[in-house]
Amino acid sequence: MRRNDSRAARRQGSPFTGLGPVFMKELSDHLSSVRMMVLTLFVLAFGAFPVASSLQTLRTVVDPNSFLFLRIFTLEPEQVGISFIAALNFIIPLMAIGLGFDSVNSEFNRRTLSRVLSQPIYRDALLLGKFLAGLTTFAVALVALWLIVVGAGLLLLGVPPRGVEVARGLGFLVVSVAYGGVWLAIAMLFSVLFRSTATSALCALGLWLFFFLLWPQLASAVVSGVAPSEIRSLEEYAAVQDIAMGLMRFSPGTLFSEAVLGLLSPETRTLGPMLPAQMRGAIMGAPLPFDQSLLMIWPQITGLVAGMVVVFAAAYVIFQREEVRA
Amino acid sequence: MADTVIEARGLTKVYGSHRAVDAIDFSIRRGEIFGLLGPNGAGKTTTILMMLGLTETSGGSVDVLGFDPVRQPLEVKRRVGYLPDAVGFYDHLTARENLRYTARLLAIPRREAETRIAEAMESVKLADVLDKRVATFSRGMRQRLGIAEIVMKRAEVAILDEPTSGLDPHSTFELLEMIRGLKRAGVAVLLSSHLLDRVQSVCDRVALFNKGRIALMGTVVELANQVLGAGHPILVEATGADVAGILREVEGVQTVVPEGEGAWRVVADRDVRAAVAHRIVTAGGALTRLADLQPSLEEVYTRYFEEARRAA
Repeated sequence: MRRNDSRAARRQGSPFTGLGPVFMKELSDHLSSVRMMVLTLFVLAFGAFPVASSLQTLRTVVDPNSFLFLRIFTLEPEQVGISFIAALNFIIPLMAIGLGFDSVNSEFNRRTLSRVLSQPIYRDALLLGKFLAGLTTFAVALVALWLIVVGAGLLLLGVPPRGVEVARGLGFLVVSVAYGGVWLAIAMLFSVLFRSTATSALCALGLWLFFFLLWPQLASAVVSGVAPSEIRSLEEYAAVQDIAMGLMRFSPGTLFSEAVLGLLSPETRTLGPMLPAQMRGAIMGAPLPFDQSLLMIWPQITGLVAGMVVVFAAAYVIFQREEVRA
Repeated sequence: MADTVIEARGLTKVYGSHRAVDAIDFSIRRGEIFGLLGPNGAGKTTTILMMLGLTETSGGSVDVLGFDPVRQPLEVKRRVGYLPDAVGFYDHLTARENLRYTARLLAIPRREAETRIAEAMESVKLADVLDKRVATFSRGMRQRLGIAEIVMKRAEVAILDEPTSGLDPHSTFELLEMIRGLKRAGVAVLLSSHLLDRVQSVCDRVALFNKGRIALMGTVVELANQVLGAGHPILVEATGADVAGILREVEGVQTVVPEGEGAWRVVADRDVRAAVAHRIVTAGGALTRLADLQPSLEEVYTRYFEEARRAA
């Protein structure tokens, strides 16, 4: 293992040699694949439903909110029971997993890996090229979806979005891409770990379900175990809440929904419990300026990006040590 | 033409406590075909991967065209073509697209790449399927496409891992012809195989692997002399005279062993075919066959491993 490090320091030539060709090839593979079309249809179907009913509601009911456009994303229509962003929270991981779960092990199984690696590139370029191509594909699909939603909003509401709404919407796009990046990195990690594509898909999907279904229960169980039986003071209450939130934030989905809440619901002042001291001087329901919202959710954005980098680095380290022989 | 392209010195690879490759030395010259032979798991593929810098060495050194694959793998891989065991291509792409991808990785300018691809596909007789998806290719066609990749790359060294395994006799013959073509183009070819008779027909020199070590190295004749003992075996088929008696009297003949009806296997210390023919014909016999028996690599191999097992 020590040899590996010393070798990396000594080897010559840029690790990014060949990154461009790998990226372009993977991108064209993704964009022309049937899987991509299926995923896009899936996302469109899932996204169209809440958006259509939100628009229906927004057209008929007078909403006092001044950020009318953002309400398309956040409104929970009664008929559907799920908002557009909640649907995305659920769907983005699935899409990212679909793009990444077989990226490395399929090269093993097709026996193309040793042939490709015998060309003048390092493994770094191969893995990074695949990741960036996946992320780009994902971003393209997401931007398309976003434009459709905004376009539908323009047509059906007849109210143009204000500048700040567009800015918040773009911020939402960036956060979504980072969230997808985390799951893409996770899927690629499994694709490096397991030679079987089915196993790696299953593991990635299992982790996704774990974070969605089990993790909230598990976190509250842990909190109720740790918390004192009787909460006597505000400080104690805050401490317990802190633990609960901290645990929940291990799930990328929590970070995503908090960040999106801050961006798309400008009246959000804090993501945790609000102490009376924090309320002093605040006008209830008044929106925060964009930069203040951004400041509030900055830790969430950092967390998502850091998670993506850490998981990708893990995949990278494992891939470097893997034997290429099939 | 005698300059060295690959030189290994004490090359070693250790997996845990298992010495997959144990301090081997060999060198390969420009324009020769060198065979790495040995049973599966003897360390052939590991040796190849170390030469390409695709796996780390545990000790010793290897020099490929003046570069160290550990420190300068890109330089090595730019000049060396590799055809892995059961090579894979992207099935959903055409042959042309597959080679185009390789050409991009090699940073060959687009226009030049197109002409090189066409030439390479022509040289392996795949020009007519250039725009067919690789999914429709047979195993033999995939191996040929792999050779085309090496030709397109204009590699100075071609490393072929089990190139003929799983091919039918006709495809094997064609592939070996293409390997000879590489040699004619001045490429040093290193090929590994456990299929001996096929290797024998193309290799200039061979190295026999056994448990991570090179047990024997040299030309097939040299190995045969080493393992089977010196001698010139010939096969004689004749009738109409006391052939066995005549054969025993020929100067230089060491042994005469009957091989079925009217056939004898003769081992002499020199080429005695002319003398044998003369004696039989003057004795009134009818000589129907007189064949020089090339020492067979298979025989060398079998005998060597028998002896190694007995010694162990």
